[in-house]
Amino acid sequence: MASILKPLKDTRHEASVFRGRALAGFLIIVACLIGIGVRFAYLQISRHDEFALRSDSNRIVTRPLAPGRGLIYDRNGVLLADNVAAFRLEVIPEQVKDMAKMLDRLRDVVPLTDDDVARFNALRRSKRSYQGIPLRLKLSEEEIARFAVNRWAFPGVDVVPYLTRAYPLGNEFAHVVGYVGRIDENDLTKLDKGVYAGTTHIGKTGIEKFYESRLHGEPGYEKIEVNADHRPIGEPLGHVDPKPGENIYLTIDAHLQEAAEAAFEGRAGAAIAIDPRNGEVLAMVSVPSFDPNAFVNGIASADYTALLDDPDKPLLDRALRGGYTPGSTMKPFMALGGLELGIRKPEDTVLSVGEFFIPGQSRGYRDDKRGGHGRVDLVQAIAQSVNTYFYSLAYDMGINRLSTFMAKLGFGKPTGIDLVGESAGVLPSEEWKRARFNQPFYPGETVIAGIGQGYWVVTPLQLAQAVATIAARGTPPSLHLLRAVQSGIDSKRELIDPPPAKPNIIKNPADWGWVQKGMVEVVNSGTGRGINNNFPYQIAGKTGTAERFSRTTEEWTSINDSPIERHRVLFEAFTPADDARIAIAVALEAGRSGAHDAAPIARKILDTWLPGDQEREAQRGGAPNVAAAAPADSH
Amino acid sequence: MFEDLIAQVRYRLVAAIKKPRFDVPLLCGLLALMAVGLVTLYSASDLDRGTVIAQTLRFVLGLFLMLLIARVEPLTLRNWTPWLYVGSVMLLVAVALLGEGRGAHRWLDLGVVRFQPSELLKLTMPMMVAWYLNGRPLPPGWITLAAVGLLIVIPVGLIAEQPDLGTALLIAASGAFGVFLSGLAWWRIGLLLGAAAAAVPVGWHFLHDYQKNRVLTLLDPEADPLGNGWHIIQSQIAVGSGGLWGKGWHHGTQSRLEFLPEHTTDFIFSVFAEEWGLAGVLLLLTLYAFIIARCLWIAANARDTYSRLLSGAISMALFVYVIVNGGMITGLLPVVGVPLPLVSYGGTSAVSLLAGFGVLMSIHAHKKLVIA
Repeated sequence: MASILKPLKDTRHEASVFRGRALAGFLIIVACLIGIGVRFAYLQISRHDEFALRSDSNRIVTRPLAPGRGLIYDRNGVLLADNVAAFRLEVIPEQVKDMAKMLDRLRDVVPLTDDDVARFNALRRSKRSYQGIPLRLKLSEEEIARFAVNRWAFPGVDVVPYLTRAYPLGNEFAHVVGYVGRIDENDLTKLDKGVYAGTTHIGKTGIEKFYESRLHGEPGYEKIEVNADHRPIGEPLGHVDPKPGENIYLTIDAHLQEAAEAAFEGRAGAAIAIDPRNGEVLAMVSVPSFDPNAFVNGIASADYTALLDDPDKPLLDRALRGGYTPGSTMKPFMALGGLELGIRKPEDTVLSVGEFFIPGQSRGYRDDKRGGHGRVDLVQAIAQSVNTYFYSLAYDMGINRLSTFMAKLGFGKPTGIDLVGESAGVLPSEEWKRARFNQPFYPGETVIAGIGQGYWVVTPLQLAQAVATIAARGTPPSLHLLRAVQSGIDSKRELIDPPPAKPNIIKNPADWGWVQKGMVEVVNSGTGRGINNNFPYQIAGKTGTAERFSRTTEEWTSINDSPIERHRVLFEAFTPADDARIAIAVALEAGRSGAHDAAPIARKILDTWLPGDQEREAQRGGAPNVAAAAPADSH
Repeated sequence: MFEDLIAQVRYRLVAAIKKPRFDVPLLCGLLALMAVGLVTLYSASDLDRGTVIAQTLRFVLGLFLMLLIARVEPLTLRNWTPWLYVGSVMLLVAVALLGEGRGAHRWLDLGVVRFQPSELLKLTMPMMVAWYLNGRPLPPGWITLAAVGLLIVIPVGLIAEQPDLGTALLIAASGAFGVFLSGLAWWRIGLLLGAAAAAVPVGWHFLHDYQKNRVLTLLDPEADPLGNGWHIIQSQIAVGSGGLWGKGWHHGTQSRLEFLPEHTTDFIFSVFAEEWGLAGVLLLLTLYAFIIARCLWIAANARDTYSRLLSGAISMALFVYVIVNGGMITGLLPVVGVPLPLVSYGGTSAVSLLAGFGVLMSIHAHKKLVIA
């Protein structure tokens, strides 16, 4: 076996080495065992009295004290999430002889759902048997009275006061603020049981979920002397106050939020208003909404099913997750791309004759107007929303440059706002189509991508981010909802530094001027005329009308001919046009056109925003902007 | 072929019962330990007969397996060693890929039974190290050491990844003892221990948060009395309140009132210490010392290097269980899931331990013909 070069094995020597080692090993073992024995002696003799006392029949129990959850306010201190007193039914399992029988009898006194019992049983597994476990939350006064009369029959069951979450503004903030719900089995596997020892609720959606760690706080402890049955005797011995969660101030302005929601008049859609200078989200609504208060103490399953089955999907946060075909709202971005990439000069014109043809193909891509708009330059193309101009631009740009430029505006990836579950949308590109369909990108698809049709899917939040980028002269703001925190009601609000803005995407500042001019013309003379009427600042905007149903006939139809509101309509805007302090995106799921239905919603939001802005501007010392500060020369 | 196999197995089963091979003092020690275990378990489970019967059945199964393994010649065992080792490592890989278990991937579901392949390594690891060292010139040099290191690190890494740091350390220790017993020069041992001590701060970064918490809690259990500190505090109260003579059988309030968690499994030693006091603890530790001594005696008289190293490593690994478990319940070591051998409730551990003693019994039965 062993090669000649290796020393031969000397088994006899190995045996004697082994005996030496076995002896050494045994001595080490004995030394360690003696060490452990000494440790036992230390605990059992030297510290016996101390431990005997602690284990004695009068033992001290440490009970968790749940921290108060941080409150949530809007930017001006309007309360959005509050803690209110309520009563719940708690059971101490150790004191209940037959749990199943007791629950059966209890049902006759206080109604219990199967959900309540399932949750209770799940919690029982994770708590010690002398700890009270909540069985039914938010008892009504009648239920409390009924239980009080029958209480003698239920040892170990008690009515206990607690703080529960309430959302005073209900529906308006259901999507942004979200709601808390009872900690369920799924949550239990992820939670730090020490921190959540006394907590019953946890943030499930929205801000409540995203900032759970800020809002929750740290639990305190109370040391109580108990007898052998764990009944508390006398006053608490020791006490560590819980540290309440931080209060949170959002960037949202509750008045603006209210106005935005009202402006929808119940029609499904979403609107977002942003301060383009710092990325603060001033309003973010998704219509229809729901009452978050229903979820806090467990929603009845029938109510939940009704919400799920509602064709208008009230539980869907359209601002965050709604996917829309952006249509003509993409045109200013396309125009900017054309200028920046050097494909178009501002004065270059394109002849619109009603249809655009890809060289060598017979299929026509239509304008929205029979016969076309004639010869138009960039500003006119944006103002009149001339499809042919952008078909030709997209064709010259090619899909690769198009998607690379649009990605800079944030399309195709989440904006990174401080909420959970944001959609990425779809930015049409060669790679995307290869991955999704395993097909190349066809020229016809590039052409319609130029007017925001085809594979495009954007969320209202992405659209708002892109228009705010234009408003901020090319600096993409980092969208965020958290403005300030406060560690106690008496302490000062600490402003949270906004996430840093991303690098400017415009190389040539003059390019911005032309796109802005086009968007000003939209509201002054173009598709969105009238939106600026009686508004002191110059608005810049762009309408969008995307078809919801495909064309079934070859007939020309005008948007205005259609009696049914069959389009998804959008509007994006910012104002004042030269020094924007607000940028808005509105998406409405059914309407005639962007100008007809979506733009008025944006205007109502602006009307609500205006007085506050004028006041702030006056305070800043500057003269309020005068109407039509931007040039309004017609072409 | 298949019938042959059945006949073979049947022959060995019959032989194992009719002509059992065992070492009387070792068997007596083990039976005494199991008796202590069952008595303590009966009290810790609050006089639950079902638990005690279930554990007894596992002991019977384990003893049977022990006698069966005792019939296998050490030479056969040695020939099978590389395959058993590779097989158990493959199972570990399978667990890593498709295992289940709450939070940690440790279990493999075989339909009828679920088992932890890491338990197999408790035997196959010292076997493999012994097998490898058996073929090398001893005492080992750096190259041999590096090869053994690799044999140890692969399965240990897989187990630590599950994550099951306690078992990983136990298995690593059983391999390391093989190397120690083979006569590795003391200065090399010193160097390796020094390197290991230097690597501790690096290893800290690779620990999961909960594992770090357990170590930090050890330093100051009162900082988190309801969370991580609970186990340590309650266990120390149980041990300390036991005093010199204990509170008496089934009079341990800490476990009876459910202050003490896991009081039938990992923390059963605390129950024992509470009810039997320091006197009982010292007797139990002496019993373990006796068993380990007897095992090492068997090892010293084994026929060849393979048998010596294998039996020596198995016996020394047993001691690690006792030290780690004892250290844990007295607050000297962090809370890792290591049972007290043959006393803690639980099937896999009891059966795998008894299988290990089966190997020792076999080596005893095939010892040197002439004692030098």
